[in-house]
Amino acid sequence: MHPAPSIILFTTLSGLGYGLAAVLGFGLLDPSATATKLAHVLALALIAGGLISSTLHLGNPQRAWRAFSQWRSSWLSREGVMAVLTFVPLGINAIASVWSGRYLPLPGMLGAVFCGVTVFCTAMIYASLKSVHAWNTEWTPVSYLLFALAGGLVLASFFSALGGNAHPMLPFLAVIAIGAAWLSKAYWWARLGATAALSTSESATGLGFIGKVRLFEPPHMNGNYLTREMGFRVARKHAARLRQIAVISGGVLPALLLAVAALSGGPSAALAVAMSGVAALLVFGGTLVERWLFFAEARHAVMNYYGS
Amino acid sequence: MTMLPSLPTPKKLGLVIDLDVCVGCHACVISCKEWNTGGYGAALSDQDPYGSDVSGTFLNRIHTFEVTPDGGEVVGEAGDARIVHFPKSCLHCEDAPCVTVCPTGASYKRSSDGIVLVDEDKCIGCGLCAWACPYGAREMDLAAGVMKKCTLCVDRIYNETLAEIDRVPSCVRTCPANARHYGDFADPASNVSIMVAERGGIALMPEQGTRPVNKYLPPRPRKPLASTLPLAENTDGAKGFFAWLDGMLDRI
Repeated sequence: MHPAPSIILFTTLSGLGYGLAAVLGFGLLDPSATATKLAHVLALALIAGGLISSTLHLGNPQRAWRAFSQWRSSWLSREGVMAVLTFVPLGINAIASVWSGRYLPLPGMLGAVFCGVTVFCTAMIYASLKSVHAWNTEWTPVSYLLFALAGGLVLASFFSALGGNAHPMLPFLAVIAIGAAWLSKAYWWARLGATAALSTSESATGLGFIGKVRLFEPPHMNGNYLTREMGFRVARKHAARLRQIAVISGGVLPALLLAVAALSGGPSAALAVAMSGVAALLVFGGTLVERWLFFAEARHAVMNYYGS
Repeated sequence: MTMLPSLPTPKKLGLVIDLDVCVGCHACVISCKEWNTGGYGAALSDQDPYGSDVSGTFLNRIHTFEVTPDGGEVVGEAGDARIVHFPKSCLHCEDAPCVTVCPTGASYKRSSDGIVLVDEDKCIGCGLCAWACPYGAREMDLAAGVMKKCTLCVDRIYNETLAEIDRVPSCVRTCPANARHYGDFADPASNVSIMVAERGGIALMPEQGTRPVNKYLPPRPRKPLASTLPLAENTDGAKGFFAWLDGMLDRI
């Protein structure tokens, strides 16, 4: 599948934003600290930025409002509805913190749950497609949710340290979530490597009863929408190297930084801020690579007609 | 509404494509493009039409496959591999995954005759329906920004201003080899139902659970090439005068 930058940015940014908003919703950060107020604003900005970038690939974005109508059958529509609904409790939480320095448990918890549901809907857009074997698994929503949670906890660790009154549990929770996220990704990759796609060139043409099917001539000399949109597939050797880069930058390094910052018995506040800040940037970069691979490694069933 | 019809549609209109007959001439591709660029919805645009990197929107494309039997040889034209021309357009599936994923209600399946269509005034061009279709039946028109697909020539088949013989999809009407047939699969006595029953019509990728309406008639079995070689090249089965001649020529 073609790794469209707008969709990769959308899922990464909004995942981080929803993760941070959910952690804020549990009230683990001092609501009166300036850093927490900044965190609320950043969470909303990440979510809004992600949603705006997701409309960039539309052919007719002026009709995007129609996408709220088909929530009964479409995960994309459900995602749109949930994204808008989630802004209500998140907005209330942000206003309560920014203006009056207070934490409101009810909108907080509701917002956290809504964040999870929205990320779940995003993941189900991909997981529900039988035509893309790599995505069509429950590990897709599991890893999307865990990556959002891990990113949110790392960002929350940073803002908690920045606020001066660092919550001692946040870095530990972040390390656990990072581990769980990459464990789920390991299962996702293992399944992709161990299972055969649902369809083959033989079943796609119905000619398997004669023998082995090979594309002899494509329908046209040049590519088309289908080959551009679904023909992209990263070379196996590069995929292996990129997986290593993603795991190290998005998993191993930030987990080490957070663990050292937390275990060294409260190093200087500035050091903890710097370390968790770098960890957050590394998680962002690693998740971008992971999300790029999510598309680039996925093979669409239509490619059975195009000989690749 | 992008829910599928809750009951089986009273008519199941679709195509039968005979892979034994298709000669791969692409006449249906051109006829489809010609009719549909001026018919239902936005025109089928081309990008860089007079340049070196030309591409465009097509609702019907012909792929050509080489099929090699188990243990068969591929030796140029003398091998056992056979060429199959393979026209592909929307299969108007009964469980069309392209319909249910649509967020706007633009994509729908008609409850009267089962034709899958796009209401282009509602389409936002997100492309998710093209992702959901395992067959590659949907292509985004890059000029109009909306999804295009085979309409089964809905603007021909019910069009009473056309002569009755022309009230079939453009690809069916134009096929010079008679490889494409149009009819109602819900009627067991229809031309298409009978063809499918007699020739063992195939559904493409049944494992995807889409239940396509269109069916493909498989190529008829072919004798191995070795068995059709003329006697002069292969004398194993020679009898009578030819056996005597074969033996004599071997001896001198």
